[in-house]
Amino acid sequence: MADRPVVALFVTCLVDVMRPRIGFAAAKLLEEAGYDVVVPAQGCCGQPNYNGGDAEGTRALARRVIATFLPYDHVVAPSGSCAATVKRHYPGLFEMGSDDRRRAEELAAKTHELIGFLHDVAGMREVSGKCTGVAAYHDSCSGLRELGLKGQPRALLGAVDGLELRELPDAHICCGFGGTFAIKYPDVSNKIVSDKTASIAATGADMLVAGDLGCLLNMEGKLHRQGRTVKAYHTAEVLAGMAGDDGAKP
Amino acid sequence: MKVASRNFAETATSALEDAQLQKALGVIQDGFVAKRAEARAALPEFDALKAEGKAIKEHALAHLDHYLERFEAEVSASGGQVHWARDGAEAGAIVARIAKEAGARRIIKGKSMVTEEAHLNQSLAAAGLEAVETDLGDYIMQLRDEPPSHLIMPALHLVRGEIAETFREHHAEFAPDRPLAERQALIKEARKVLRQRFLSADLGITGANFLVAETGTVVLVTNEGNGDLTTILPKTHIVVTGIEKVVPTLEDATTLIRLLARSATGQEISAYTSFFTGPKRANEPDGPEAFHVVLLDNGRSDLVASEFHEMMRCIRCGACLNHCPVYAAVGGHAYGSVYSGPMGAVLTPGFAGIDQARPLPEASTACGRCAEVCPVGIPIPDLMRHWRMRAFDDGLGPWPIRFGLKAWAAMSRRPWLYRMGTALAARLPRLLSKGGWITRLPGPFGGWTAHRDMAAPAGRTFQAQWRVREGRR
Repeated sequence: MADRPVVALFVTCLVDVMRPRIGFAAAKLLEEAGYDVVVPAQGCCGQPNYNGGDAEGTRALARRVIATFLPYDHVVAPSGSCAATVKRHYPGLFEMGSDDRRRAEELAAKTHELIGFLHDVAGMREVSGKCTGVAAYHDSCSGLRELGLKGQPRALLGAVDGLELRELPDAHICCGFGGTFAIKYPDVSNKIVSDKTASIAATGADMLVAGDLGCLLNMEGKLHRQGRTVKAYHTAEVLAGMAGDDGAKP
Repeated sequence: MKVASRNFAETATSALEDAQLQKALGVIQDGFVAKRAEARAALPEFDALKAEGKAIKEHALAHLDHYLERFEAEVSASGGQVHWARDGAEAGAIVARIAKEAGARRIIKGKSMVTEEAHLNQSLAAAGLEAVETDLGDYIMQLRDEPPSHLIMPALHLVRGEIAETFREHHAEFAPDRPLAERQALIKEARKVLRQRFLSADLGITGANFLVAETGTVVLVTNEGNGDLTTILPKTHIVVTGIEKVVPTLEDATTLIRLLARSATGQEISAYTSFFTGPKRANEPDGPEAFHVVLLDNGRSDLVASEFHEMMRCIRCGACLNHCPVYAAVGGHAYGSVYSGPMGAVLTPGFAGIDQARPLPEASTACGRCAEVCPVGIPIPDLMRHWRMRAFDDGLGPWPIRFGLKAWAAMSRRPWLYRMGTALAARLPRLLSKGGWITRLPGPFGGWTAHRDMAAPAGRTFQAQWRVREGRR
């Protein structure tokens, strides 16, 4: 068998700790798309430090991530915001012309968000997963605005057997998560997420789908507190057939 | 600039609890967001125009000294006078001096955020002078003794009933039981009151949207026409504005006007777009006899030379406010600064100091919609992050968060430590969960569970599970 290209899965802290199933769904999809998947021992991309103003801490974490992932053909993360941190923000952390800068740019060029990678790089158009239900898709802000993810998730979700996709009218508006924003300004965050869950409920969908676990935890937590039965899934879980009643064990 | 921005979390919470305010904020979606989207869609070359607008402002700011000197020379040549003010107090002193020398007693004002920034009305009051606001929104704010809550809609935070109440309280000359429920009735009454002020005024103060270096022209954009009356009727016209408003040519100004109106209100052009060049000429029937331009720095030249220089491109359209989920939730007053929303979160620390305004650049989800709609391409979230970095370097902000970030960085770059930490994080919270959900988290995480639940983590990290799977292969 010819050597398959290698993807290093950057699983992201939230998926690592909170919902490993998303990582397995990502690995399954990448393998189906023709890649060998490796998971090097890894930590955080540094986004909390970056957005918290800790430039030095961010640089230290970025150097570590660069050293870990630079040897691979492709680096793929099941998160628009973590992928965008590497892709859009790592280079700017380092002086122009420095070795760190060059390495950061090299890593940025081969780092992708999972769904964008499957659709745009791997050319995936059909998916193996089945999922019975009605889904509303939310565009997480970083993926949408920093990486241009809009058509790709909709195209792939549209190819899932049994799934009806309903457009959320304010799909492009922030859910109010914003990392530490949700705990620093809980009341403002609550107002924003309450508007979002009301709009999700109005679609009549029984599933909420998005590409960033942070946003999903926020929206599903609010939906659950409100006693709504809408279940939240990462796009990868749906595409891999690991969501809903059709889903495999966690 | 005086601000009250340090308690944003508290002021935001009060704003969320204010039912009238929440109702008033409802106007943003239909009134601004939808209209801008329509105007943008109707102009296929919008993105090209945006790039052009950005380039014009970049160029002007890169040669700010040159264009300001040219502007001053042209204003002088047309019979006017330019005055330079380092800060708001100086601007106030200059305006008061001009007013006294002109013997002015009845002053009227057009809409101007720079005079709000400079606290001009307070300076004038201290000099024994009173200026009456003539923009309807600003007039209402003046009656209520409140600052504006939006760049272009000062009274956006009020519902009609509140404005009617204010008018009944202050306009004693009208019948107490007059009907004021309709929008038109309010406008008519304000017009009646203000008409007298216009006719008797001897000095008019306005802001400016653009200053044209090649001609010494001041460009003013309004929708009520009050700006024009303010400049034409009184004998003296004083323009008070910031140094960053200068652009090289008339052509440049018209490019920016096309962007401004569409981004602000969704109009192709505002109802009144006026160009003022010097005082009245000998052969002209009307216009002021004296024409002054007070140019305010107030920290702008420092910002132009800093990592925040891109903020100086701002043309004050308000699109970033209208599209911000945080602004839409709490309105302008919660920010405690005349400049609110995303642009205010960058400008306020620039004008007042980051120690006075630390929460503003922090109170953002970094959703990026502000940058997306900005007509001059200002990367507002990046600039907010620069302020967060300044704050972090200055040791500002709550220590648990600073400590937490440092600990996180230390842990996450040591794989064995990260593995231990995440193993605990994947397991410990499960002790708090019932049926897979956590309804109450301790410490700083309590903010999360105050309003929503947290699905319990899986028990074992992905990396640990993956290692087991790979071991089996």
